[in-house]
Amino acid sequence: MSQYLLSVHSVEDSEPGEPRSPEQMQQFMERIYALEAEMKDGGNFLFTGRLHGPDASTVVRSTGGRPVMTDGPFAEAKEHIAGFYIIQADDLDAALIWAGKVAECINEPIEVRPFFEMPGS
Amino acid sequence: MTASGAGPKDKRVVEQVFREAYGQALATLVRFLGDITAAEDAIQDAFVVALDRWRLAVPPNPAGWIVTTARNRAIDELRRSGRGDELRRQMFLEGDYEVGRPEAGPVSDDRLRLMFTCCHPALRIESQVALTLRLLGGLSVEQIARSFLVAEPAMAKRLTRAKYKIKAAKIPYRVPAGAELGRRLSPVLTVLYLIYNTGLDDLESNTLRSDAIRLARVVVRLMPDEPEAAGLLALMLLNESRVPVRRSGGDLVLLRDQDRQRWDRSLIEEGLGLVRACIRRDRPGPFQLQASIQAVHCHAPTFEDTDWRQIVVLYDCLFSMMPTPVVALNRGVAIGEVEGPEVGLELLDAAGAELDSFHLFHAARGSMLRRMGNREAARAAYLRALELAPNEVDRRFLAGLIAQADSACWIPDREETR
Repeated sequence: MSQYLLSVHSVEDSEPGEPRSPEQMQQFMERIYALEAEMKDGGNFLFTGRLHGPDASTVVRSTGGRPVMTDGPFAEAKEHIAGFYIIQADDLDAALIWAGKVAECINEPIEVRPFFEMPGS
Repeated sequence: MTASGAGPKDKRVVEQVFREAYGQALATLVRFLGDITAAEDAIQDAFVVALDRWRLAVPPNPAGWIVTTARNRAIDELRRSGRGDELRRQMFLEGDYEVGRPEAGPVSDDRLRLMFTCCHPALRIESQVALTLRLLGGLSVEQIARSFLVAEPAMAKRLTRAKYKIKAAKIPYRVPAGAELGRRLSPVLTVLYLIYNTGLDDLESNTLRSDAIRLARVVVRLMPDEPEAAGLLALMLLNESRVPVRRSGGDLVLLRDQDRQRWDRSLIEEGLGLVRACIRRDRPGPFQLQASIQAVHCHAPTFEDTDWRQIVVLYDCLFSMMPTPVVALNRGVAIGEVEGPEVGLELLDAAGAELDSFHLFHAARGSMLRRMGNREAARAAYLRALELAPNEVDRRFLAGLIAQADSACWIPDREETR
């Protein structure tokens, strides 16, 4: 099995995937939990996380051997990673099926990237 | 294919036979080795051996010979790096290959598997086309670069990146199953049609066109229940039947002026047979409808006998499935043949917004305006088409139409007959 990062991309100031009312939020979370249970049953789930917005991020660079910090995201873009799944799957087609399910659930584009396979792992 | 025991061959013959067997041999080696680049390297080694040995006699099964030779080379290579035993064991365990069997037979399905890998929707379309031509057509990077007007290093980079992605992301090497198949077949057919159409730009060389037809035949043979595959093959064969008369001394010859006696009857018969089989199946799709339209043209003994009403019905169906501006343009032209140029022009202008930079749109408008007797407007439309025309042949043809519009003996209805 290969490992894939499924990253959830969202566009600043527009949250089309976010449910509005508490009832919608409830349904949304139920769908997410059901999907994660399905991933776990298939032995595909490894890790997931939801991130705070880019306003909460800090970039650290090493300048002349000293860490220098700057406020804000690394890339000045409107699109940011809002969360991610790390899954394992037999091949890209299998990973794409999971990505499709996540995209349907969250209603945001999902980027699928393979993890580099370390020799001997 | 040349039989064994044939006489000495020159390098060109060896190259030709090798290229024809390339796709099948490579596809089988990818299955054995599980890696495209390793398979390509092994085949390259086998080619050097073939140049030497095949000059005396081309083997009866060139693809099998290449597979055996390349496989042995690959195993030697891996043995040197200490992985040979592992590979042998793995190949033996896979069960569809017997170690030591002479000229291990390539499985024709391998080519289909490789086609689905090359045309995976996770790859961009330019990469799908380039990979298909390189890996299944056996074309060199330089040949592919030339066909698509791309610099050779850029094309080499495109291929390397696509192969990297296949390996890193694990794009599978298999024919998709069940419901997935229909969705995944469509890009395969699109790639083959793009390859064919690119071949039409260079009528002197038939390499791309014959590759596209050859690969479409493989798809049709291995997937006989897919009418769109048969439709694509029919479409290409019917187009191909007219290639010999599409030019005269380097000049464009329109359908209405072509010498129909010189259309290739055997290609037409084969194409018409496929179209009839598609119609019996009654599962129409865009390629089948386009093939049916070409079939109506091929069926007409003269241009005047063309059944335009039938063609309009077919374009109506096609437009309901594929409402693209180009289909709207062709439909407008067909309707113009049935209901007159005024109706045709109205339809063209309605479809026009997205077609304004397409030279054939303006050429078609010019033709409608000419038939309506509007000389000045026709001339202006031809001039716009001339400015946009992508190649010399089209430009020369359009310049001829403009010259006719300028001449004193202008006859609206006879303009395109030369």
